[in-house]
Amino acid sequence: MTPTRTTKLLGIASLAALAALALAVPALAQDASTAAAPAVAAAAPAAAAAAPAAPASPLNSGDTAWMLTSMALVLMMTIPGLGLFYGGMVRKKNVLATVMQSFAITCVVTVLWYLIGYSIAFTNDDPSKPGTFIGSFAHIMLAGIGVNSVNPLAGTIPEYVFSAFQMTFAIITPALICGAFAERMKFSALLIFMTLWLLFVYAPIAHWVWGGGFLGGLGVLGIAGGTVVHINAGVAGLVCALVLGKRKGFGSTNMAPHNLVLTFIGAGLLWVGWFGFNAGSAVAANGLAGAAMMNTQVATAAAGLAWMFTEWAVVKKPSVLGILSGAVAGLVAVTPASGFVNPTGAFIIGIVAGIGCYYAAAHLKKMLGYDDSLDAFGVHGIGGIIGALLTGVFADPAINSLGQNHSIITQIEGIVVTIVWTAVVSWIILMITKLLVGLRPSESEEEEGLDISQHGESVAE
Amino acid sequence: MKLVVAIIKPSRLEEVRQALNSLDVHGMTVTEVKGYGRQKGHSEIYRGTEYAVHFLPKLKIEIAVDDAQADAVTQAIRDSAQTGRIGDGKIFVFDLEHVTRIRTGETGTAAL
Repeated sequence: MTPTRTTKLLGIASLAALAALALAVPALAQDASTAAAPAVAAAAPAAAAAAPAAPASPLNSGDTAWMLTSMALVLMMTIPGLGLFYGGMVRKKNVLATVMQSFAITCVVTVLWYLIGYSIAFTNDDPSKPGTFIGSFAHIMLAGIGVNSVNPLAGTIPEYVFSAFQMTFAIITPALICGAFAERMKFSALLIFMTLWLLFVYAPIAHWVWGGGFLGGLGVLGIAGGTVVHINAGVAGLVCALVLGKRKGFGSTNMAPHNLVLTFIGAGLLWVGWFGFNAGSAVAANGLAGAAMMNTQVATAAAGLAWMFTEWAVVKKPSVLGILSGAVAGLVAVTPASGFVNPTGAFIIGIVAGIGCYYAAAHLKKMLGYDDSLDAFGVHGIGGIIGALLTGVFADPAINSLGQNHSIITQIEGIVVTIVWTAVVSWIILMITKLLVGLRPSESEEEEGLDISQHGESVAE
Repeated sequence: MKLVVAIIKPSRLEEVRQALNSLDVHGMTVTEVKGYGRQKGHSEIYRGTEYAVHFLPKLKIEIAVDDAQADAVTQAIRDSAQTGRIGDGKIFVFDLEHVTRIRTGETGTAAL
């Protein structure tokens, strides 16, 4: 940098600092006056008591504090949690492209959610005509939502907090799909696919189950999104794996994970973040949130052990990837159940999920011959279906009175509707994306690795 | 002069270095290499998918010595690198034509 340019920059910087100071002075004065106000109020308690009571706010500060925390925990599940979980499982030439997918989806979905997603998934403006299939369009760009507004679906927390919490679910769901087409999707195709998928698959299904739509009305149980998040993402992943086809060299070249320590860190972050996902889905700081927390912990541990021991018996080694995968399968399966079952139900669900997902990832996939690279379907699809079904079996009315009339038939209806919608619409979106930009990079780009071919970067040797 | 090239297990490097040091051999070059001999490779299993790993990590040591020292150096490497299990490696000895120390320009055994 030339000396004159440096001086110029310094000059601009000092001007900016002066301007900031000038602005800060009145702000300081304001602080002083607000600090004095409570003293005045305290001096006249009698007067305050005599004044007419303000209308009681429906907001609960405990609930609000917990939901603010939960939003951050669930965001952490995707970045960096899921990014690292998947990033460690791919080959080294694709690790940056893989973590990029989670991060870029976080950014894209945040913008979409603010623009339209929240409005069509979670708002209903005319209570006499509940939107059966899609929510209202009145809250585009979060219009009409303010610091005092409350969504009737979450009556004790500010609507901004509810919307941001739900946003983090909308972020992780499409990010989960990436496991199915890891190491072989063009980045431009990913952005188009995920944008359309969020608007035409996630938002409607979230509305049907949670936002006042027809599946919630049928009595489908699923506190934290076993159906909306996991079955949905898992099935979309399977469709992606089938449409995109296998990775180049699948079955003949070594595609072993390049760094399972990254996967370990990612799985740990997912586990911790999942308390925001499941206990946060109580949308309150209460006993139900506590039950969801305990159920989540028990099922995850049981599933990690179940996968590990199954693998130990079958292939003679208790693998790190095995216990991590089992734990995630347990988290997935207990998700819909966490707010309905008791810890014994959660324990059994964990064991079934650990064993079931092991067979799905290790055997079913080979039998059917598709390349679901990181087992998005094997873990999230199968784990989600196991969890949604067993929620109907183990729902305990002592935990949640909504589980009183639980029925496995209703659960199956919810699962079938979700699978059909997500499979068909995901396929259509893939075809549209293929027409627009194509789905896969060229063979030589795939061979070179997506880090270099898609992003022009690589990790150090 | 001889050039002794040994392929050894990575875990034996320190023992080999000490053994050579006590023989007054004060220089060596070590390279991380991959390969296989009778040990072949091993297999790794990830979520039920088995991958054969044919090339295992080894270390290659190169030492230039005087003719008189070559046998003692070979024996010292053999003793210090041996575990008795398959995959211990091999030692190759070559005739060495010419050596130059870059700093001083010395040649032959004076440059070792």
